[in-house]
Amino acid sequence: MTASVETVTVKVLLFASYADWIGRETVEISLPAPATVADLVRQLRDELPQASRLPTRPLTAVNAVHATADSPLREGDEVALLPPLAGG
Amino acid sequence: MIHSFLTEQRLDVTSLLSSVGASDRGGIASFVGLVRDHHAGRQVKRLEYSAYAPMAEAECAAIVAEAETRWPVRVALSHRIGTLEVGEAAVAIAVAAPHRGEAFEACRFVIEELKRRVPIWKREWYADGSSDWVNPVAPHAATATEQVEVGSAGGRHG
Repeated sequence: MTASVETVTVKVLLFASYADWIGRETVEISLPAPATVADLVRQLRDELPQASRLPTRPLTAVNAVHATADSPLREGDEVALLPPLAGG
Repeated sequence: MIHSFLTEQRLDVTSLLSSVGASDRGGIASFVGLVRDHHAGRQVKRLEYSAYAPMAEAECAAIVAEAETRWPVRVALSHRIGTLEVGEAAVAIAVAAPHRGEAFEACRFVIEELKRRVPIWKREWYADGSSDWVNPVAPHAATATEQVEVGSAGGRHG
């Protein structure tokens, strides 16, 4: 047994090309606390082999609001990785 | 949600225009984005739009509210989701204002902000049966590199 480390578990939402690459639309991921969006992207790219195609700094949203790499993550957050937007 | 900015139905531009008209507004500016039959030298047969719906709705609402705060305008906005054929309207914007200057400015603001902020994606289906996700760079910075990448990536699969 290792000493218990506080973690933050978030739900990752994937869309469009990113969902195609990784082969799923949602991933649950636990990170050592405190965690940021950048930490999540790094861990995702390490944990899922297909995720290495993701940019190191993708466009992201936390709970449906545009976020930045240093946005903090809290337990239960929904973090969306957004491929380049193509509306209009 | 009472008002929805995303719809799977054909866009009704006439209704959109009449929804913003009023006796104290002297003009309506509109923008309608259509599915084009070509992209980066390839023949496009149809487009498939998808969205992160809750966020797209919230961003559209925020953009409309910002435009209505910045200019004395009334804005209507509708974006289609799902499969669209060439020539069909993907987005429609109507902006009514007392005077035309404000209407044109606010209309331009809404379409540019939509492209910059609203989480919507499109997959293009080509004449040869293949498809690819459209990966636009900044609207004014489309480069030869991007076109080569888009063109070569979709060519041989699908």
